[in-house]
Amino acid sequence: MIRSSSKLEQVLNQARFAVTVEIGPPKHSSATGIIKLAEVLKDYVDAANITDNQTANVRLSSIAAGVHLHQAGLEPVIQITCRDRNRIAMQSDLLGAYSLGIRNVLCLSGDHQKFGNHPQAKGVYDLDSIQLVDMVRNLRDKQVFQCGEKIKQHAPRYFIGAVANPFADPFEFRVLRLEKKINAGADFIQTQCIFDMQRFEKFMQMVRQRGLHKKVPILAGVNPLKSARAAEFMQKRVAGMIVPDEIVERIRQAADPKAAGIKLCVAQIEHLKKIEGVAGVHIMAIDWEEIVPEIVERAGIKPGNYPAW
Amino acid sequence: MIIAKPKPVAKLVEFTEKFDKILLVGCGGCASVCAAGGEKEAAELAVALRHWRQKQGSALAVSTAIITRQCDAQYLDSIAKQVTRVDAVISLACGVGVQFLAECYAGKPVLPGLNTVLAGGAVQAGLWEERCGLCGNCMLHQTGGICPVSRCAKSIQNGPCGGSQHGKCEINPQMPCAWHLIYEKLLATNRLDLMMQYRSPKDWSKEHSVGAKPVRKKVLP
Ligand code: SF4
Ligand code: SF4
Repeated sequence: MIRSSSKLEQVLNQARFAVTVEIGPPKHSSATGIIKLAEVLKDYVDAANITDNQTANVRLSSIAAGVHLHQAGLEPVIQITCRDRNRIAMQSDLLGAYSLGIRNVLCLSGDHQKFGNHPQAKGVYDLDSIQLVDMVRNLRDKQVFQCGEKIKQHAPRYFIGAVANPFADPFEFRVLRLEKKINAGADFIQTQCIFDMQRFEKFMQMVRQRGLHKKVPILAGVNPLKSARAAEFMQKRVAGMIVPDEIVERIRQAADPKAAGIKLCVAQIEHLKKIEGVAGVHIMAIDWEEIVPEIVERAGIKPGNYPAW
Repeated sequence: MIIAKPKPVAKLVEFTEKFDKILLVGCGGCASVCAAGGEKEAAELAVALRHWRQKQGSALAVSTAIITRQCDAQYLDSIAKQVTRVDAVISLACGVGVQFLAECYAGKPVLPGLNTVLAGGAVQAGLWEERCGLCGNCMLHQTGGICPVSRCAKSIQNGPCGGSQHGKCEINPQMPCAWHLIYEKLLATNRLDLMMQYRSPKDWSKEHSVGAKPVRKKVLP
């Protein structure tokens, strides 16, 4: 059943291995950089997520960036966090973004404002991520606003994404929470960056036990490591991540850390392709997006060259 | 109980710069219990303020008083005489007490001596923790008696979020993740069905952000 006019939905519906990428908009008001990036990436990925003030730092808005990408021929997935907007502003932005051609949205809680450049800001958290998913679904399937008021015409029909973090705790509950998100209306799932493959395998096993992979496509998150510093940062500073020491060590020991990072990422994708229930990969190469084409080529997952999943 | 913290002495020095005679009014309620605005704290603050002014080469007359509960109008008359003799009053009560006092003694500057921070209780000697966010719509029956509104950094209703690791909250490795606590409690009491239940968006209109909200009850004469 096709629910939206999203191209990403079509790709996932054809049961082809999908590739999405993450783009962080700039900390200024020019879109030149992301438009260039769209040119570089558009033949290598199916869609691009645009972060919503990631790690609570002010950046060019995800919707505005999404429009630029859309115009440049790269399908955007706008991220919406619960940190900065209440249900009124979120719905207003969802209407606005749809009117500008955006068809995919990814719903998440968002990093706490404490992590960003305005730690004194008041966090909103009117809704949580699951309630946000439910709200976007009701806009589409019931044509009602969150308050229950009918949308008389032109209700937005989004393809709705949610995130899962197999590396957060309590581990046994992570699959159940994913199920809650699916029940609330998530159409596709993107996971946190995977470094601990064993734990991810276990997670997917539990996903399959509950048949969740048959309900929604799950895109596995990967992150090419650019340097030992980046690896350490991920390991120590990023909330909800697990980066095994062995991986940090491998990058640290490498004569060419960048090459080692790419090689590792390609190997991870090769591995993920074989896991039942993984419908694609989501490549998070923030500040290193230009490396994505090479990774996609080497992993043999360029759109038009899809293995079935 | 309402938990408050004393404002820094320097702040109160700044507040009282233009006055010669002030009255510090402690509160015998929560402010005393949380060791922020009782008799002892009032006396200590009086010494500090006098001393500070002395160093400047002048004198500040500081008297002290204590009121049973500043948030209760029936107790406020007890300091009427003392108030007439000073230029300003510093209330060592929570924000509610400050306002009741300011309303009762409308002609006198009544200044806050404390920062009112939360509704909570002592978890060990000298350590108080937040336990209620005054949301006006208590959900503790669904969460194993652990409040996600005040104890989860994002006040989420369907937690834990993806930042919860090793039982701790993403914003502070010292702080337990409220939803992890809820999970463990519900697991131990065989109520994981409550974790799976989807809780729809909360009605925040019941909390404090909608103007001074009255609470009425029939009172027997
Ligand atoms: S659920 Fe609401 S009323 Fe109950 S303890 Fe938490 S904040 Fe207070
Ligand atoms: S880690 Fe736990 S307490 Fe902290 S914001 Fe997430 S759910 Fe709330």
